[in-house]
Amino acid sequence: MPNNSDLIYLTLQNALKGLINKDFTAQELVAAHIAQMDATHHLNAYITQMADHALNAAKDSDARIAKGETRPLEGIPIAMKDLFCTKGVRTTAGSKILENFIPPYESTIGQRLLDAGAITIGKTNLDEFAMGSSNITSAYGPTLSPWKTPANKHCLPGGSSGGSAAAVASFSAIAATGTDTGGSIRQPASFSGIVGIKPTYGRCSRYGIIAFASSLDQAGPLTRTVEDAAIMLQHMAGFDEHDSTSVNKPTPNYLDEIGGSVKGLKIGIPNECRMEGMRSDVLELWEKAAQILQDVGAIIKPISLPMLKYALPTYYIIAPAEASSNLARYDGVRFGQRVEGDSLDELYMKTREAGFGPEVKRRIIMGTHVLSSGFYDAYYVKAQKLRTHIIQNFQQTFTDIDLILTPSAPTPAFTFGEEPKDPVTMYMNDIYTVIANLAGLPGISIPFGLSKPEGLPLGMQLIAPAFEESLLLKVGQTLYTFAEKDPVQALREIV
Amino acid sequence: MSQSDFYMGTTGPWEIVIGVEVHAQIVSNAKLFSPAATKFGAEPNTQVSFIDAAMPGMLPTLNKFCVEQAVKTGLGLNAIINLKSIFDRKNYFYADLPAGYQISQFLHPIVGNGYIDIDKSDGATKRIGIIRLHLEQDAGKSFHDQSPTRSFIDLNRAGVALMEIVSEPDMRSADEVMAYIRKLRTILRYLGTCDGNMEEGSLRADVNVSVRKPGGLLGTRAEIKNVNSVRFIGQAIAFEVARQVDLLEAGQSVVQETRLYDAPKGETRSMRGKEDAHDYRYFPDPDLPSLVISQDLVERIRAQMPELPDTKKNRLVESFGLTPYDAGVIVSERETADYFEDLLANIPTFKQAQQENKIETLQSTAKLAANWLTGDFFAALNRSSLEIGASLISPSRLAELIELIATDIISGRIAKDVFVEMWETQQSAKNIVESKGLQQITDIGAVEAAIDNTLNEHQDKVAEYRSGKDKLFGFFVGQVMKVTGGKANPALVNELLLKKLNG
Repeated sequence: MPNNSDLIYLTLQNALKGLINKDFTAQELVAAHIAQMDATHHLNAYITQMADHALNAAKDSDARIAKGETRPLEGIPIAMKDLFCTKGVRTTAGSKILENFIPPYESTIGQRLLDAGAITIGKTNLDEFAMGSSNITSAYGPTLSPWKTPANKHCLPGGSSGGSAAAVASFSAIAATGTDTGGSIRQPASFSGIVGIKPTYGRCSRYGIIAFASSLDQAGPLTRTVEDAAIMLQHMAGFDEHDSTSVNKPTPNYLDEIGGSVKGLKIGIPNECRMEGMRSDVLELWEKAAQILQDVGAIIKPISLPMLKYALPTYYIIAPAEASSNLARYDGVRFGQRVEGDSLDELYMKTREAGFGPEVKRRIIMGTHVLSSGFYDAYYVKAQKLRTHIIQNFQQTFTDIDLILTPSAPTPAFTFGEEPKDPVTMYMNDIYTVIANLAGLPGISIPFGLSKPEGLPLGMQLIAPAFEESLLLKVGQTLYTFAEKDPVQALREIV
Repeated sequence: MSQSDFYMGTTGPWEIVIGVEVHAQIVSNAKLFSPAATKFGAEPNTQVSFIDAAMPGMLPTLNKFCVEQAVKTGLGLNAIINLKSIFDRKNYFYADLPAGYQISQFLHPIVGNGYIDIDKSDGATKRIGIIRLHLEQDAGKSFHDQSPTRSFIDLNRAGVALMEIVSEPDMRSADEVMAYIRKLRTILRYLGTCDGNMEEGSLRADVNVSVRKPGGLLGTRAEIKNVNSVRFIGQAIAFEVARQVDLLEAGQSVVQETRLYDAPKGETRSMRGKEDAHDYRYFPDPDLPSLVISQDLVERIRAQMPELPDTKKNRLVESFGLTPYDAGVIVSERETADYFEDLLANIPTFKQAQQENKIETLQSTAKLAANWLTGDFFAALNRSSLEIGASLISPSRLAELIELIATDIISGRIAKDVFVEMWETQQSAKNIVESKGLQQITDIGAVEAAIDNTLNEHQDKVAEYRSGKDKLFGFFVGQVMKVTGGKANPALVNELLLKKLNG
């Protein structure tokens, strides 16, 4: 029997094996992760810890294992982004306005994971309403990354699924759920040295996940290995009649392709991603990733994505527009925080003034502006047209190639306190990731190397045609295998 | 158009131009985007799903039955069905609008151009164009009068499916508007897509009124919101037209605004001006894909369409020989028309005439039935303040009575008494007639005996008659009927009496 404190380093697959072999109990596995959650409390990765709940659930898991009724994720401690509604457990979306909101329902994805036997040990911190790339806009304080600069300063885990990324990277959860509207899974995965998948739009149900931008939001897993990501996705994906944008398509077995040969696969390298003033370490690592894939038999093709330059402006019109409408329900009338006023309008203004943070307000104002009469055609309609062009651009591109390879982000993690203060610079961090959301395509971030000279994680992104998550996992696994440093080992060294 | 519809101002005639937007609640057990119930009058906030309350993370899923109801209505309005339509969000803040937006259809409604024909008071018909019909959610209800400092909200209605039906500005008088709303309501009720209950708010009308010099450019319109009866709509329009003409004739101008009708005061007053109009920031709802329906579905619905009032009225006039007026009265309410058809189907004489293609008998029986329905039957309903659905006499019972008349078992006169008794005692016509021995005397010998008795008793009158006082004939008829207790067949009495007196 291994030392209990070592249980936190297990992969999802090995933890399952250990439980089934009765090398340790679910209660021991969960307790080890709770201990780690406490030990890493200073990271502020969790808004709500669910230790008692998790230990009770672990007892049930042990009883099932004893009876031989083990479910596919039996006893696996996972962290749930606090954007997923959890029945009976406070769900804040990182916002003060939902400080006391306890949903009477579970998200479809949460329910699927619970039904598969997973155990939620906590609700993870995030940028308020998932709006941010650094996890500093949370009303519950920033999340710190376990990664530190050479000057021993904490980094930020990225955002908006920063709490989930920090939890997985610091071993308090084997896996975590995240959501990705413009890069909110892949960028924190890249910053934190872990794996993150944004599935095809419609692959995972949005029901019960607090909406940011409905046409872009998609849930996915954050894990330390590609295989674990495949297992998590297996139990998150699938049609849901409660989400009209969910796609009714069978879910393949995502583990099947992992380890398969990438020989002959055509991988496109978009010229437009080679930005002026790009960091040389990012560029070098990108070239190295392409070289490795070529070495193992893939065909590397330079491609052009001329629409790329319109992606960020398009995104920053559509996402705030939808958000401005999605967030109108937080009005203090039925749930969440209310600040009384002498009239209905005053109640609205006071409630929303007190309840929303500055980044959320900024996006509501932008979104309201681009939808208002007189500006609608100039902004929103134009952005929708551009989005259509971007989708067509990808469709055209994917007639020649199988996958696209880019860096996940233009930089490594920001240092806490030294993150960009100017919103536009912060928005620029989404440059490589937003395109997948705009086109509804699946993307994965693979921890591939370390920045120079700081030694912070850098991820590579793969983007595939719709519903080709298996292809992402296969090629992702290849990159993962050839990472400069074993990603799990790298994390163990910092924790 | 007729000159009589002009409004006479001090400077001459004014033409009235009116368009109507009707909000019709779709008959459906569930709401447009949630499974919550839609029953009227339930305890506040008992029919609210998490979706209706716009709880975080909740998503709408379209109720396909409501879509079919909209298509059915579109077909009933002779309109184009758009196989692809789009749901948009109409954004505004209000306490009874939980999501902060209403899901509606803005640029691409499910139903396009159509029309209905309205019946004018002079018997003519007029075609009123329909611009569109779209699907949308209703809002909840606010109560501002329960507390001096608080408002209360009932979300039972929030998310209930509505059809907004927009007419062309084709109406030229309050009468036409009232006829339009009545006709639209009738069609919706025939289709079973809206119960048309204005008091419960399941049918609400907004009326856009403007005036102009005959043939001139369109004037500025005012919109009168949510008047809850056809009669009040007529009154509101009359007031509004006079108000606008007074303004214009005094050299002032009409302001584009939304006005409320205050029924007790009989006047409209400003609710909000154009400058206060919301910027609704419409955009396609990203939670809902485009609504795509197949031509197949449209055809399936078309095949199941009930007979609509205009067609039914034509059939009643042309096949059954009813007067257009009677037919109009009968088809004006679906329940009445259903009752009438049910009534005919239960009259053996009518059925037989139909089978044997005896047009004359068929038409006379149908007319008899129509007269009874619109005469004694309606009068009895009125006296008892009952809707036809709650009638104390079922169609088959009334049919039995009419069959007795049609087959000369009882006279129409006797039938009136039988009817009253049926209404009061719920007994069948046959039972009443048999137990009271009310069968008509059609036996020639019996009638002759009664005549002979009468003539014997009144020999003086017989002499007067024979000396030229023809008018006494009625006296003899009355005496014979009196002797027979009203049961003698009147035609037979006439025939035999004439023979005896003249013979």
